[in-house]
Amino acid sequence: MSFIEISHLKKSFGPNTVVHDFNLSIEKGEFISFLGPSGCGKTTILRMIAGFETASSGSIRVGGAEMTHLPPAKRNVGMVFQAYALFPNLTVAGNIGFGLKIAGKDRSEIDARVAEMLELIKLPDLGDRYPYQLSGGQQQRVALARALAIKPQVLLLDEPLSALDAKIRVSLREEIRALQRELGITTVFVTHDQEEALSISDRIVVMNEGRADQVGTPSEIYNNPATRFVASFVGTLNLFEARVVDPATGRVSIDGQPVVTARDISTYGIADEATVALRPEALTLGGGEGDRNTLTGTVEEVAFLGAVIRVRVRLREARVSLDIFNDPALDLPKIGAAATVSFKKDDLLIIDRH
Amino acid sequence: MKTDRLGHWLAILIGTLYFLVPLAATFEFSLRKLRGVYSFEAYRVVLADPQFQSSFTFSVGLAVVTIVFGMAIIVPMAYFVELRLRKLRPFVEFVTLLPLVVPAIVIVFGYLRLYNSSSLLPLTNSSLGTNFLLTCGYVTLALPYMYRSIETGLRSIDVRTLTEAAESLGASSGTIIWRIILPNIRSAMLSGAFLTFAIVIGEFTFASLLNRPAFGPYLQLIGANRAYEPAALAVMAFMITWACMGIIQVISRNAAAARP
Repeated sequence: MSFIEISHLKKSFGPNTVVHDFNLSIEKGEFISFLGPSGCGKTTILRMIAGFETASSGSIRVGGAEMTHLPPAKRNVGMVFQAYALFPNLTVAGNIGFGLKIAGKDRSEIDARVAEMLELIKLPDLGDRYPYQLSGGQQQRVALARALAIKPQVLLLDEPLSALDAKIRVSLREEIRALQRELGITTVFVTHDQEEALSISDRIVVMNEGRADQVGTPSEIYNNPATRFVASFVGTLNLFEARVVDPATGRVSIDGQPVVTARDISTYGIADEATVALRPEALTLGGGEGDRNTLTGTVEEVAFLGAVIRVRVRLREARVSLDIFNDPALDLPKIGAAATVSFKKDDLLIIDRH
Repeated sequence: MKTDRLGHWLAILIGTLYFLVPLAATFEFSLRKLRGVYSFEAYRVVLADPQFQSSFTFSVGLAVVTIVFGMAIIVPMAYFVELRLRKLRPFVEFVTLLPLVVPAIVIVFGYLRLYNSSSLLPLTNSSLGTNFLLTCGYVTLALPYMYRSIETGLRSIDVRTLTEAAESLGASSGTIIWRIILPNIRSAMLSGAFLTFAIVIGEFTFASLLNRPAFGPYLQLIGANRAYEPAALAVMAFMITWACMGIIQVISRNAAAARP
């Protein structure tokens, strides 16, 4: 049995159902992210795990114990909020030791644990400061230490990096992941930022309109999106309406040009329509050697994005974008020039059947 | 443009004179008790009067009880409205404004009908009971000011997130209010407390009709029987109110300076 078992969870606010029959098993020590746009239900599920929202139906079990209707104070769950939520009237040490004080721990035990936590978040000398004297990143690290000080069985992170600037966000997410690995604590992380989710999660739950569209490792989510929504939400994607030419050999037609997919389309019929997808980084300008597929068209736009250059090629009706690494020695394609785009059979994803 | 500016200054001057001339005249009159010289004799007489001391002490004590009693009722109510029942906020605001609309004399007559010596709950039968009734009346009178102060304080902090953070750390509702909410709305509570103090100190209608030896009825008594002492008392009452306002300002400024 998994450490966290969420079964048939449903949440409605009046006539609006925001979480529909949600099921998920989370292993002990796993770092799992809920990824999705605003209003997809990811935070609501997190809040139901924390006990801040009551489930309309279904159950949440942690470590084999039924938690669905337990008040938040009795769940032993650590929570970090987007807005830090540090207590303004308490010092950093007071904030970190708050949960231990509530639990009736000895002064010496509290002091020792607070010092340990301050070391862990690399702020050993800031125990006497007040929250308003800290930067956003420092405040969020204190919030993390406060949540961890009580030795919770689960750590819940509700978009903890959203309020921080880009550089701090990247360094803090790495710190969070390192701490999580070090402590081995089961962690649920909510974010709308795909890069964050892909970079630190063991598994990702992609949420869409209150349902889990796909649950998988970052690689599975990115390389084999299960639905059109996952494909479009995670990463940049070229989507095409293709026509199946030969299901047995994987031959399809994109904008009138024949290509082959390595994916199994044997269940499709001849002339069936399907949505297919190509990641920009899977495409190469020129080429077509070996068994690579090719599409031909004209260069419509060249955009310099720093590390990569995004080139948009117009086929007949459809357009395809591809990324090439920036190289000062590279001759950039000219707008209006004829171009050939090539890709491997494995990279042609089949998303939807019509 | 120049005419505009002149108009502004004129408006300010008229307003200032409207407020300051009567005050200055009252103050000047209060100094005339001894014929031919200005002195603080009227103040000395008032301060030496045992009835002044007892009525003032009574009203100060009542003000403190009113503040404690009012806060004990209003803080948890405003907190739970802010936390869980935000939809009820307009209704609660309406109810808390009622004491400004319903005259004090109407409220006190209502109290006398409900709690007189022949009623089911004869609070007016004893001094203690009547004092309790008076305190309840004062809490009602102070409700608009106290509730607004507390609500402003609660709106300045993220009540919901702080509560949830404390809950996730194992705190009960009582602990959250005592250790997290109250310390963070301290300046708002003090503002409410000083406003309540200023109201209770000079209140006449409730105290007079409930026949309590408060400062308000004493003011009226002196006013009816003496010439210079009422003016001295009026100036002193103003000083107390201004002192309360000044303290509120200092507290608000310090709170703002402490939390940039």
